Amino acid sequence: MATGLRAIGLRATISTALMSRWAKPAVFVAALLPMAWTFWLAGTGGLGAEPIAEGVRQTGLWALRFLLIALAVTPLRQLTRVPALARFRRMIGLFAFAYALLHVLTYVGIDQFFDWGAVWKDIVKRPYITVGMGAFVILTALAATSTNGMVKRLGGRRWRALHKTVFAAGLAGCFHYVMLVKGWQIPPFVYLAVFGGLVALRLAWTSPWRIAVGAGRQPIFSRSGGD
Amino acid sequence: MLLKVRAASEAREDEVTPRALFLSRRSVIAGGAAALAVGGMAPLLSGPAFAALDAKTTIQPPDAKLDAVTPQKSATTYNNFYEFGTGKTDPSEYAGTLKTRPWEVVVDGEVGKPMTFGIEDLLKFPLEERIYRLRCVEAWSMVIPWVGFPLAELLKRVEPTGSAKYVAFRTLHDPAQMPGQRLGVLNWPYTEGLRLDEAMHPLAILAVGMYGDVLPNQSGAPIRLVVPWKYGFKSIKSIVRITVTKDQPPTAWNRSQPFEYGFYANVNPDVDHPRWSQANERRVGDFFRRKTLAFNGYGEEVASLYSGMDLRKYF
Repeated sequence: MATGLRAIGLRATISTALMSRWAKPAVFVAALLPMAWTFWLAGTGGLGAEPIAEGVRQTGLWALRFLLIALAVTPLRQLTRVPALARFRRMIGLFAFAYALLHVLTYVGIDQFFDWGAVWKDIVKRPYITVGMGAFVILTALAATSTNGMVKRLGGRRWRALHKTVFAAGLAGCFHYVMLVKGWQIPPFVYLAVFGGLVALRLAWTSPWRIAVGAGRQPIFSRSGGD
Repeated sequence: MLLKVRAASEAREDEVTPRALFLSRRSVIAGGAAALAVGGMAPLLSGPAFAALDAKTTIQPPDAKLDAVTPQKSATTYNNFYEFGTGKTDPSEYAGTLKTRPWEVVVDGEVGKPMTFGIEDLLKFPLEERIYRLRCVEAWSMVIPWVGFPLAELLKRVEPTGSAKYVAFRTLHDPAQMPGQRLGVLNWPYTEGLRLDEAMHPLAILAVGMYGDVLPNQSGAPIRLVVPWKYGFKSIKSIVRITVTKDQPPTAWNRSQPFEYGFYANVNPDVDHPRWSQANERRVGDFFRRKTLAFNGYGEEVASLYSGMDLRKYF
């Protein structure tokens, strides 16, 4: 009983904090930190002997991390029953796009130095780059349609259908990583497993079994696109 | 077999002078270390493991500007040695667990005189410094001053028989010393191979040092292969066994991904790796990429080994 009450109290405190006017700026600044840190390392020789390759790597990893965090918002909101979490989903998704953009710019502009012929050959000839570019195209479309105005213009149903492709981007992003490393390495599979886990949570949440078991315990939020 | 290495890559006497100066500075440093060692740590610091290696430069790129030697720090902190982790800085961070003394290399197979060489025996081969380009299959490259001796010198001692066609190499297999071997990144131990004529080529060396010092652990101590006209993964590190064979031996990366890594793995800008264009490369430390040279620029010396072969098929 007491623990239950305490949990409710904690949840209320967290909700209040998340609803505060400082919550979004705080998350915004936090999301910029990896970028700032990478730039700092780049400027001070901290990226090692091959700073360009390391820059491409770091921006790519952060794009994938933010994409997974964005995908974790809804399951986390459902599990913790803290609806205020939804406020941050769009921003985190846009950061995933921003890091992916930085990743692509570092690759095209610095690594290949705008050798468009080489970039095009990479995209069509190297499956891991094809897949990565696919993820980037999806994220670009989602970022471009992320405004309230675009939600209205597309209409809720079409907008939601379009934004479901974020799962394709997540899968492609993880595969991009799995495919680019040499030999059998663990880290890319950790990302893939986290992605799989997040998808599984969604499926479990919307399955008839969940609705049957969970009915009456808590409301199912059908409105997941809002912020 | 007598093969003349072309004059362009041979060092002239006047080019070697700065190197001698460099070495004399080194011996001062080594002397300082020895003096410190008297204070109780002598058994740890003395002995061949910490001595600078004195060797004359015999081969270097013809244009020292175009192929400036890579800073030692880059060469020793950015490399692949999956036995210590798959990150580029993992080897330099974690290779301290490797024990390079005592060390033995068994040389056997299709030979008249199979032998086991202790590392002390190997250090007695006449050592030369060779400044070679190193081209990684991941499209980055370095220029490294190795200290070593021709692999041919070792092979001659064991007297390959008439049926000898290939040479197989094997890295130490000991997960306690090489923690990366606890993970199935590759089929351990790491193995590599050369055709016998490639192995006998004067450019193929066994290196025991780099930058005038003994090899650091992360670079394949205490003895490694260096085959400058092939992608870096052919230059197997921390060798414990060399077996002369009749048949083409299995090689680690080829077993792992046969469509990506061939047995020959000659540097070839015209044959793409499925994941990396091999047309160009970035010299570590440079901003711009540069065009990759066939056989990593050693074509004049080695192209004849492959005359008549379809290098697209035998990649």
